[in-house]
Amino acid sequence: MAETTTLRPALRNGLVLFGTGIIVAMALLAVFATLVAPYDPTEMKVTDALQRPSLAHPFGTDRFGRDVLSRTIHGSRIALAVATSSIGIALVVGTILGLLGGYVGGATDLVIGRAMDVLFSFPTLILAIGIAAMLGPGLDNAALAIAVVYAPLFSRVVRGPVIAERGKEYALAALGLGAGGFRVVFFHILPNVLAPLIVQASVSLAYAILTEAALSYLGLGTQPPAPSWGTMLNEGRTYLETAPWMSVFPGLAIMLAVLGFNLLGDGLRSALDPQLRGR
Amino acid sequence: MRRYVLLRTVSIVPALLGVSVAVFLLVRLIPGTVVDQMVGTEGSYSEESMRALRAFFGLDAPLHVQYARWLGGVLRGDLGTSWRTGLPVTQMILGRLEVTAELALAAMLVALAVGVPLGVLSARRENTTLDHLVRLASLFSLSVPVFWQASMLILAVSLWLDWAPAVDFVSLARDPLRNLAIMALPGLALGTAVAAVFMRMTRSSVLEVMRQDYVRTARAKGVAEPGVLWRHALKNSLIPLITVAGVQVGYLLGGAVITEEVFTLPGVGRLLLWAVFQRDYPLVQGTILFISALFMVSNLLVDLVYACVDPRIRYG
Repeated sequence: MAETTTLRPALRNGLVLFGTGIIVAMALLAVFATLVAPYDPTEMKVTDALQRPSLAHPFGTDRFGRDVLSRTIHGSRIALAVATSSIGIALVVGTILGLLGGYVGGATDLVIGRAMDVLFSFPTLILAIGIAAMLGPGLDNAALAIAVVYAPLFSRVVRGPVIAERGKEYALAALGLGAGGFRVVFFHILPNVLAPLIVQASVSLAYAILTEAALSYLGLGTQPPAPSWGTMLNEGRTYLETAPWMSVFPGLAIMLAVLGFNLLGDGLRSALDPQLRGR
Repeated sequence: MRRYVLLRTVSIVPALLGVSVAVFLLVRLIPGTVVDQMVGTEGSYSEESMRALRAFFGLDAPLHVQYARWLGGVLRGDLGTSWRTGLPVTQMILGRLEVTAELALAAMLVALAVGVPLGVLSARRENTTLDHLVRLASLFSLSVPVFWQASMLILAVSLWLDWAPAVDFVSLARDPLRNLAIMALPGLALGTAVAAVFMRMTRSSVLEVMRQDYVRTARAKGVAEPGVLWRHALKNSLIPLITVAGVQVGYLLGGAVITEEVFTLPGVGRLLLWAVFQRDYPLVQGTILFISALFMVSNLLVDLVYACVDPRIRYG
């Protein structure tokens, strides 16, 4: 009930609603891509190559005559799939490590903390490039690379509040009533550190979309002919002046998707962080 | 202060060691070994060649010995030898460092020149249309991928000014004007995303400082509003920006890889990509280690500057 009350100001905020609207629209497009897209995203028709935007092809066609609109719609599927799977893994692994380090403390905390510090010492994209390069280009490996890069963020977000919560009366009372450490951590402490986790997840989804697009743009993520937005932008590079629509629309799609998650993250942060509420 | 500088500087050593282990293990992530990968993609090799290759990559010894040998080389400034060119990795990186450093510096200058004034303006006009517009623009800027922004910039200037990115890079020392002409657009592309971060940070920091008691006292003493802002509030509001700038160095180094690729600039980032696609693992390893060390040292410098500016840090 309290969560509903604190979320209300965020939901009243027009920008948050706009962000949520973008995400919902994108999710719907991703789910119903095959129904909504006017053409098969990988179907080549060389006679239609590099056509300007028209009624038949509202976003134009690429060098193989593939419909850019259909590829952009299907691209939302890849973007969302990679972002949610990678951040899902990062969230689960990072949260478990943060809970473990924060609750157990001592040597466990030290080892986890130092390992996370090492991962933090790499510039994000450089680490993602390194991992993706070593595992080999591809969608799954890109998702794994993104998960490794973002897991430390969740670990750090969880660890601090867990240390603060573990000494509180409700946690000690649960222990006193005979609950095991596992139960106390997952059923009593975790619900109390969910707020910063939710905010972090929303913002990280935005970064994951950007990172996947960057990896694909560099040739280390999704491989052609799959219609990833980053791959489409890479293919559009050579035709920037002669067929700019190949680059303009996938880029706009990335921007909108990232903006959606950023707006949602900002709104949630304002709503869930008492210090920022009302600002 | 001296104690803080010493402790903070020493603290970088274990972190650097950790990074070196991670980079060392990164190459061991490759399914099979480096040699299997290369042999698998580049035709047939005799057993003797395989042995020679394993020796070249240092794979002919136990893991901890391999690491010790590699680390020993790194400590002597030897990051190994490029598999493709036969040149020392350190030499290849240093040869391209100027371009990346200049790009990162140009981007940082753009970010400061755009982000800080807009942040101050936005805070001073809190909750006005101008504030909303600036905040919205910063959110858009944060959402734009740097490679798309770079492409759109190239498209815009090529359409309106009939300009194309230079194919040959000219160093600042050789021809300063031509160098600046080449670096302006990449610096702008990379800098605007960071400008958005600076703008948001400056805005929230100025707003916070303007609510402090000493600002209220200054106002009560009759200091005019510009004086309150420039003499009292702004200096303190900009302190957190130092930390943000340090974190953003990491973004700039990552973003430099993409920006160099889009604008075909011969920097360290592009060298990393070349190494990745050439499967030049010693070069990949060396470049990632070098960039990460650079990031850590810049964070160290930022912390030291912060301690100089804010005495609470060194006595905390």
